[in-house]
Amino acid sequence: MDIVQIVGIGIISTILIILLRQSNKAEFALLVSAITGMIIFSMVIDKMRYVIETLSSLARNVNMEFTYFSTILKIIGIAYIVEFGAQISRDAGENAIASKIELGGKVIMMVLAMPIILALLDLIMKVLP
Amino acid sequence: MDISLIFKIASIGILLGILNIILDKADKKEFSYIITLVGVVIVFGMVISLISRLFDSIRSIFQLY
Repeated sequence: MDIVQIVGIGIISTILIILLRQSNKAEFALLVSAITGMIIFSMVIDKMRYVIETLSSLARNVNMEFTYFSTILKIIGIAYIVEFGAQISRDAGENAIASKIELGGKVIMMVLAMPIILALLDLIMKVLP
Repeated sequence: MDISLIFKIASIGILLGILNIILDKADKKEFSYIITLVGVVIVFGMVISLISRLFDSIRSIFQLY
């Protein structure tokens, strides 16, 4: 049962983090929380790979334009990475850096989404008389 | 993934906390700071390789290059 493992890891590391905060070692508490998030994420990522392979084979079967699908995948991946980094720095009390990380992620997502927006505009122009 | 890294880091942190208290009591504040610094560097070295591995696997799954 993977879910029991994940919840157990979360509870144990929460207790350890509280212990570390009590003994005035906030830097280690931060590192423990980062590594916990990472371990949980990499437990989930194998299942995520399965989901994504299924979705991409579906997308191939209905023969929609594959670049759009890979763009969506890229945006989801950027969102995960940005969330990971921003949450670590927000945990450490650095809200400014966290929102800068999020800003960077949003800008890069926007850049990746530009071809889709252009294609949409093209479509609209074609439909309009 | 092995969870032992969590326990390792937490035990290093608790050990350093105790050492800090002892050194503070013995009027060796400078050593306690140095010990904390060394501990953070060692633990960060352990963590950073795992984080880079995580980012690599995210990159390979979501086709980010």
